[in-house]
Amino acid sequence: MSQASPPLAGAAGRGWSRPVVIGIVLLVTALVIGAPVAAVFVQALSQGVGYALDSLAQPDTRAAIWLSITVAIVVVPINTVFGIAAAWAIAKFRFPGRKLLLAIVELPFSVSPIVAGISYLFVYGGQGLFGPFLEAHDLKIMFALPGIILATTFVTAPFVARELIPLMQLQGNGDEEVAATLGAHGWQTFFRVTLPNIRWGLLYGVVLCNARVLGEFGAVSIVSGNIRGETNTLPLHVELLYHDYNAAGAFAAALVLTLVALLTLFVKTILERVTGSAGALHGS
Amino acid sequence: MGMGGAGALPRRRLSTAGGKGQGRVVPGFRLSLGITLFYAAIIICLPLATLILVGARLGPADYWAVVSSPRALASYRVTLGAAALATMFNTVYGFALAWVLVRYEFPGRRVLDAIVDLPFALPTAVAGVALTAIFAKNGWFGEPLGALGIKVAYTPIGIALAMAFTSLPFIVRTLQPVMEELDGEIEEAARTLGAGTVTIFFRVVLPILVPALLAGVSLAFARCLGEFGAVIFIAGNQPYSTEITALLAFIRIEEYDYPAAAAIATVMLGTAFVLLVVTNAVQALARRHELAP
Repeated sequence: MSQASPPLAGAAGRGWSRPVVIGIVLLVTALVIGAPVAAVFVQALSQGVGYALDSLAQPDTRAAIWLSITVAIVVVPINTVFGIAAAWAIAKFRFPGRKLLLAIVELPFSVSPIVAGISYLFVYGGQGLFGPFLEAHDLKIMFALPGIILATTFVTAPFVARELIPLMQLQGNGDEEVAATLGAHGWQTFFRVTLPNIRWGLLYGVVLCNARVLGEFGAVSIVSGNIRGETNTLPLHVELLYHDYNAAGAFAAALVLTLVALLTLFVKTILERVTGSAGALHGS
Repeated sequence: MGMGGAGALPRRRLSTAGGKGQGRVVPGFRLSLGITLFYAAIIICLPLATLILVGARLGPADYWAVVSSPRALASYRVTLGAAALATMFNTVYGFALAWVLVRYEFPGRRVLDAIVDLPFALPTAVAGVALTAIFAKNGWFGEPLGALGIKVAYTPIGIALAMAFTSLPFIVRTLQPVMEELDGEIEEAARTLGAGTVTIFFRVVLPILVPALLAGVSLAFARCLGEFGAVIFIAGNQPYSTEITALLAFIRIEEYDYPAAAAIATVMLGTAFVLLVVTNAVQALARRHELAP
């Protein structure tokens, strides 16, 4: 992690134990984490690259890919703005209820996606809180794109805020105070002083948020209604194809998501190198 | 926590006002807090409050009947048992993984460090189908294990495996920073005083790491209890034997039995709250230990 400091020559670092411990850990990691990823590649390409590409070109699969991209295009900016606002308020100011607000912002990480989906159903579903109102105005949120967007927004809400809050606290308010003293107004201060300071941490949070948006399954499976070619996101489509006994098609779709995940890890590693920060995914 | 630092010069009360606007130099308090409160109310609080309300409207007798039904009780047993098994596995494996990453230099260490986050980045449904393919009867691991008489896919062991996969990073990433702070000096001192490697590990190193380990364990355990996507593919999903609580709630929704779904979901939400409180308490404890080296 902290690539600057070389690993410590601790007490346990001598003799036979070292290679044995490293070997066991590498073996278990290969079996537990490496094998599933390898399996996705092998299964997806088992009928040849052409077959995999063909199955991705199926109208339903294409629709699922587009739906997932659409959801990401809407949700990631919403949660980025929210994350910046929440981090700004919580890291730069002291006010009553600040700790409670922090706990609420992080709450979605602790809630099962299934619970999130069910909760949204009770707000916007036919028998839900706003159900009669929505029906009277012919607005459809559940089992349609808005419901998928809302549930995904909930599940991925804390990602950007959680990266930025520790970072902004560490940086303090000095730069912003200097800018204000020199006569900069609010947006100038934000865009010319704060944003350059937090840009890598922000990007890190956005990348993680995006990965989670594209991969969300539990909450979306409750609110989507699983209409083939219409409200099926890519992870839901993987499930649908899998249960259709179209394993090669399911794994071709899974391969797309796996490549996104590997790309996310790559970008994340680069960002960590740039910032020299510790590798905690949720910058504890 | 204190963001005082450079900004806390005694010239003025800086950016600490609670909204009166006096003496605050940093702009944007009202705007940022306004956006945050609006979002937190609409996106986070409203749905969860509605769920609790729907659950409460059931009345104590009906509520109890749903959450203590034999099928629900069996699902708690399956979920808790598999989560406990997964967390135990990850405690040992995650500890060893973090230790190797912090203490040893070897080819591929950077790659290994990046790979630890894969379960966070990989969609849970993808993990689910991939693990099922590997551990199915004719899979890479399923076939040799089957020859030994061990069934993983469609059994509680499969559920534990899927949970272990998705929750591994919590333990590694919680332990890693604390291990990095633990320099070799204390161990050298213990060695100089005549302690052996085993003694040093159990009497010196482990006690320092226990608070962080517990925090990671409770985070991982909470994640296991809520996991859905990775589990349902490999679980078999038979009521009373391989049905997790999240799936039972999902099935009740599919059956349009909304009150029952609400009741089960509130049990899951309540458990998550309890674990959140426990985790925070453990982390506060860990922080206190860090302050007093």
